[in-house]
Amino acid sequence: MIKATEETLDIAGARLVMVKGGSGKPLLIFHDELGYPGWMTWNESLAHDRTLLIPLQPGYGKTPRLDWIRSYRDLAGFYSQVVREMKLDPVDAIGFSAGGFIAAEMAAADPRIFSRMVLVAPMGIKPAEGEIMDIFPITIRTHLRATVADPAGTPEFAKIYGGEMTPEQFEAFEDARAESSRIGWEPYMHNPSLPHLLRGLKTPTLLVWGSADNIVPRGCIDAYQQAIAHAQVAIIEKVGHRPEIENSAEFERVVSRFLAA
Amino acid sequence: MKIGYFTERPVRWVPEEVILQNGAHFGVSNKYFDREKASDEYNYWLDENCYAEEVGFDIVALNEHHGNPFCMGSVMNVEAAILARITKRARILLIGNPLPIIKHPLRMAEELAEIDLISRGRLIAGWVRGAGSEQFFNNANPSYNREYFEEAHDFIVQAWTRPGPWRYEGKHFHYRHVNPWALPYQKPYPPMWIPGTLSPETVLWCAKHSYPYFGLGTSLGPTCDLWEYYAEEAQRNGYQAGPENFGYVIPTFIAETEEKAQELGKGFLFGGGQNTFARPEHTLPPGYNSKDAIRRLAKQPHGSWLGISGEKLRGHTEERKVDPEEVHRKLEPGYKRAQSQYQLIIGSPKTVTAKLKTILAVLRPGSLVVFNVQGPISNKDRQTSMRLMAQEVGPALKEHAKSLGLVDAIERTPGQSKIQPGVKRVPVADKGPLKELGLL
Repeated sequence: MIKATEETLDIAGARLVMVKGGSGKPLLIFHDELGYPGWMTWNESLAHDRTLLIPLQPGYGKTPRLDWIRSYRDLAGFYSQVVREMKLDPVDAIGFSAGGFIAAEMAAADPRIFSRMVLVAPMGIKPAEGEIMDIFPITIRTHLRATVADPAGTPEFAKIYGGEMTPEQFEAFEDARAESSRIGWEPYMHNPSLPHLLRGLKTPTLLVWGSADNIVPRGCIDAYQQAIAHAQVAIIEKVGHRPEIENSAEFERVVSRFLAA
Repeated sequence: MKIGYFTERPVRWVPEEVILQNGAHFGVSNKYFDREKASDEYNYWLDENCYAEEVGFDIVALNEHHGNPFCMGSVMNVEAAILARITKRARILLIGNPLPIIKHPLRMAEELAEIDLISRGRLIAGWVRGAGSEQFFNNANPSYNREYFEEAHDFIVQAWTRPGPWRYEGKHFHYRHVNPWALPYQKPYPPMWIPGTLSPETVLWCAKHSYPYFGLGTSLGPTCDLWEYYAEEAQRNGYQAGPENFGYVIPTFIAETEEKAQELGKGFLFGGGQNTFARPEHTLPPGYNSKDAIRRLAKQPHGSWLGISGEKLRGHTEERKVDPEEVHRKLEPGYKRAQSQYQLIIGSPKTVTAKLKTILAVLRPGSLVVFNVQGPISNKDRQTSMRLMAQEVGPALKEHAKSLGLVDAIERTPGQSKIQPGVKRVPVADKGPLKELGLL
């Protein structure tokens, strides 16, 4: 069993908390807008031959908030400094939801920063059709439950939300919501210039999307595909916004195959 | 002491079951908006405020809410500007302009200056953060709510006092040419009275600026505590807080008889009353509350109010049939409890006088603002309540206030009573009567 550890790095002008686990070539992971959900089966699988590096976003409870970060582009700039200071570049990266937005912003600003990039149900571009679910005028409970197609049939969902919350969990989710709102309120969880800045990007890119995603519509995947013409798309059927835990076997298969190519 | 008049100017024609079905006033579709009725009502509300002045209120108070039939005031400065012209004597109190959601402090400075000029110095400005739901309505980033509030306030004070033109580059607001050619009539600027619902951060901010803090129908015990908290901070800032630093807004309805008052006073429960102003998910947008406030809320045992447990939330997300009669039956005990706890003051002039005297003795406010009934109550009954308040209750209250030494913020500028370091400050509230009434 591979365990993850947490360490605090003095880096890029911040005290960044990084979750680290596994061995082998680094794989950088950007968690979603609700925060790092914990070490799951898919982490364990990928960690057999990759070192997973999961920075905990500033303002999400553990890494102190950086007041100067006021947009996802600012946040991407910060993470780019982290990658350069750690001498990781070019590095493989996976971004989930708003984490996909971060990765895409990083790639747009520095096309050589990633060797391969996986965007899982990414926010960041206004969908060609449909809308990114407004996650702010709903309670945490509603939001959490909307992230998976079948909460009862997704055992690992119970690790994220088991039906009740401790005050500490509640506070952590509130921290995450507050910081997401701070940097993603308007334009809502996207950047109108991002698709233009992504044009011509050569980084091999995989877009992963669950066919029953309630949070990010298929229109976001289509919009990313228009911006990054060579991007591959993997649709995982009957799962929602968290394919990595809703069908972890299929998720691992498509991601591993792409990263190994 | 000053006595003020306030009404939310409720939409009186919207079917109650529509509000109940929605689970809150906020979010009721404007397909129910009736332009003819609204036109009549906006005119009536102005007339009603003139009537308030006519029967003897010292202050007429306005507010605004957005996307919500609880209150027809969407742009209070428009109403204030008209009242500035058509009233003659009453102070016009704004409780208050929601700075973070308007997001244009220079425009605000100009609008208020014009109102103050037209009224020849009768404006009392007041600021609020805006309810949670209003952050959504106005697309105002709730995570920056307090920063917007404080920066906008600081900017407005500068815009009113610093000769222009000058350039402003703040964190949230930017103006390259600040030089408003409308400055307030009052020098250096109108008084600012700040309403709130007991956020300690706001209380502290008021004390630092020596701005009067107005409890919006807040529970008496916690209000006393927060007012002492204000007074502590006042002392740290070198002054003794007194009645001039405090005001209280209290829902009040009076009729000639107890029975009639009790029946019509149920208008306060219309659509579920204040507790259904907005649904939980609209009340607490992300980042709107401080981390301390979130920590306090998170430790509340059940917390279903916040959606931590499912019961309340399910009620709001599933289709349901609502029977207004049943809802009223359920609200009945709360109606009585709110009265026994002095959160709703309803009755004949005699009952109301006695209860408001108690509130004066406990909270020792320099100003008291009565909030007229909600719901589809007739103009005649509303005006009866106003007349009885101003002409029968008011004089007795003022006499009582005098005996208690309740000086208002117009008579004595808040912050003027200096206190030397090491000198023990005087308490600003008195919980004694609450103990006697068994309310602690």
